[in-house]
Amino acid sequence: MINTPKITRRTFLISTAAAGGGLALGLSIPFGSALVHAADGSPEITAWVVIRPDDTVVIRIARSEMGQGTLTGLAQMVTEELECDWSHVTTEYPTPGQSVARKRVWGDFSTGGSRGIRESHEYVRRGGATARMMLIQAAAEAWQVPAAECSAAKSVITHKPSGRKTTYGKVAAAASKITPPKDVALKDPKDWKIIGKRVRRLDTLDKLTGKQVYGADLKLPGMLNATIRECPVFGGKVKSFDAAKVAQMKGVKKVVQVGDTAVAVVADTWWQAKTALDALPVVWDEGPNARVSSASIAETLKAGLDAPQAFVGNQNGDAKAAIAGAAKKIEAVYAYPYQNHATMEPMNATARYTPERCEVWCPTQNGEAAFAATLAASGLPADKCEVYKIHLGGGFGRRGAFHDYVTQAVLIARQMPGIPVKLLWTREEDMTQGRYHPVTQCKLTGAFDAGNNLTGLHMRISGQSILTAVRPQALQDGRDPAQFQGVAPSGEFAFGYGIDHLLIDHAMRNPHVPPGFWRGVNINQNAIYIECFMDELALAAGQDPLEFRRKLMGKHPKHLAVLNAVAEKAGWGKPAPKGVFRGLAQMKAFNSYVAACAEVSVSGGNKVKVHRIVCATDPGYAVNPAQIERQIAGSFVYGLSALFDQECTVKNGRIEQDNFHTYDSMRIAQMPKVESIIMPSGGFWGGVGEPTICVAAPAVLNAFFAATGKRIRSFPLKNHGIAMV
Amino acid sequence: MARLIINGKTHVVDVDPATPLLWAIREQVGLTGTKYGCGIALCGSCTVHIDGAPVRSCTMPVSAAEGKQITTIEGLAVKDALTKVQKAWLEHEVPQCGYCQSGMIMAVEALLKDKPKPTDADIDAAITNICRCGTFQQVRAAIHAAAKA
Repeated sequence: MINTPKITRRTFLISTAAAGGGLALGLSIPFGSALVHAADGSPEITAWVVIRPDDTVVIRIARSEMGQGTLTGLAQMVTEELECDWSHVTTEYPTPGQSVARKRVWGDFSTGGSRGIRESHEYVRRGGATARMMLIQAAAEAWQVPAAECSAAKSVITHKPSGRKTTYGKVAAAASKITPPKDVALKDPKDWKIIGKRVRRLDTLDKLTGKQVYGADLKLPGMLNATIRECPVFGGKVKSFDAAKVAQMKGVKKVVQVGDTAVAVVADTWWQAKTALDALPVVWDEGPNARVSSASIAETLKAGLDAPQAFVGNQNGDAKAAIAGAAKKIEAVYAYPYQNHATMEPMNATARYTPERCEVWCPTQNGEAAFAATLAASGLPADKCEVYKIHLGGGFGRRGAFHDYVTQAVLIARQMPGIPVKLLWTREEDMTQGRYHPVTQCKLTGAFDAGNNLTGLHMRISGQSILTAVRPQALQDGRDPAQFQGVAPSGEFAFGYGIDHLLIDHAMRNPHVPPGFWRGVNINQNAIYIECFMDELALAAGQDPLEFRRKLMGKHPKHLAVLNAVAEKAGWGKPAPKGVFRGLAQMKAFNSYVAACAEVSVSGGNKVKVHRIVCATDPGYAVNPAQIERQIAGSFVYGLSALFDQECTVKNGRIEQDNFHTYDSMRIAQMPKVESIIMPSGGFWGGVGEPTICVAAPAVLNAFFAATGKRIRSFPLKNHGIAMV
Repeated sequence: MARLIINGKTHVVDVDPATPLLWAIREQVGLTGTKYGCGIALCGSCTVHIDGAPVRSCTMPVSAAEGKQITTIEGLAVKDALTKVQKAWLEHEVPQCGYCQSGMIMAVEALLKDKPKPTDADIDAAITNICRCGTFQQVRAAIHAAAKA
């Protein structure tokens, strides 16, 4: 629905829209030379500062908080330039419907790709600075003094020569009528007072007392509850169902078909709906995909490893010739499985539909995408729809590009006009109707000359493209650029090694299982492929894995800096505790440089204890180091759970794993000690939520090899009888 | 009809006795701090205390909880005074998304009642809740802090 136009000029304007019982300073960026009021102007980026008479500052956040801390980080950035009192800052979400009505005054709502802060840092800071200048101007005009003689700190404006003082709350109304300044200077990072500080999150307390309302907790007057079952074979449809069998069950209000593919039961309570759905006979038209299995998918991918046609993602020199003429050649094939996001809170949405209006309450990583799904499913225009974002019980990518659960909720609500209906999936539905981390295989071939120098590398990826399924307009002549995350020639996923003859290419093979963006996306498997193979090459060359990498990283000093940092802190090259072995990995992902050194011990050949992981990240700027540490440690839990235990297998066209007993997740007993080195070098902005996830798995795998001499190349490790203890 | 004593208050609810306690708490009583995560007593999001012991309420029928003292996350902070576990959680900023934390906190409250000064091994054995955000490092630190408080 949304195309983002290019910004040709950035000027902040003021809106007098009242909000939150106070005054809203709406900050928008119009096009062209004419100043355009926010209400009728720009379709692009905005930050919102609302100042109430009691000096409370409400900072509006378009991105979604799902645990990653972006809400607090973005508020810190506005506060830094606004010079308001942090202890009086609160936040709220604008709605997508308001955004559309005001021509996208808040800009992008999408919260994925670790972009929340790194792609809005400039305009939110500018928003804060502009508001500060207008507030000072308002005070200066009231005092009839030059604004240059006034300054602001902690929401108090002071006229230095006379010592007069006033507060933001007192001048906010006057400030809103002032023409915003054209030239807004941002602070030099060395002058930051709150950006870079370990300030406390703004959203902790309610999560400790049960007060925090998640989408699954929403209550509306007269609301009914629903649960749904979609054809378990992707691409299949509903053939028939026998509603009469359950219509008389207690609490059941209605059995409805949802689109072509699903059936839902609506009841007084969710448990009644679930009980009835469990008893409902449904016949599926499973279609041709019912013949697909994990084995057939693996065969398809395997054929891609040597296919003559492939999309090139990174190339220099002549890798094939270097390999053909090599004194020594090393080859390995890796494979990575489907995985589910398994957010703790299953998918859900609440909808109320009438022919005049459709409203949706949902946890979403992208309010605008949820809004688009609401429009499409309701058939109503934008001015008759609204979406209210409710706190997410986890996102990890599942609730960003996909709003199947919103579509379903609206389609159900359309069949019960006027009645709010909350649709909540069972865990089983959540596990079997995912948007899965895609499958790939990878063949890596390295070439050495007679002097044992690495001269060539060919990395052939075969497998599923997310963009082809989800965002085909982002393909480049059919090629999926996201496939090369971490091994790209330049940019936010740049490869960190200089190799004379390099070829990294992708044979696209797209099975029917729907793929999705899964925390880290394609860096997860690419990091395993390249960083484990680097250790394989080092072994073949008879060199230390760190020294082998260093020789190839001369032109990539920032990649090397994080690698060196973890090696030094972990004590690489020095004796480890008895029975403990180390492994390394590095990557550039989402514009941050990351590296890890894992320490493991292995008992009985298959019981792996991950004792410690030292991690370094250079995200350019570190807005809140305390939250970055939590993202690092948390991403390792997500990544190591995937490495050891998680695979969604396909049988008869459907996913076999349907709950945590077959799709396990790490517990506290397995948690390694995570030591974080946050080393922002400045001058660029990198992400935080996803980048570090990718280095945990290869670092552990390389340590496992150091401990056992066994190189594992397909995942999860449970398939090899290897367990994390 | 079932008689449930939750956080010291008696609720008479119209519910099939086979309904899991979790859903009676969430739907009939209306306390939504206790979460649904898996429905098979694996993830621990639905943990409540029954007569002081931690129980995964998603698989316990209402009939088995009738007449017993049930405590949910909402029953911990009396008159908004946080427990020492909640205070430690606040101090260590444990939650990320927070969805699993009600169950995590209930499990920890029970652990500390049983073992006021738990070792890491005690924690590993008793706290088996799933947290997909991966807050375990903060959870461990906060448990030790609560034990010292």
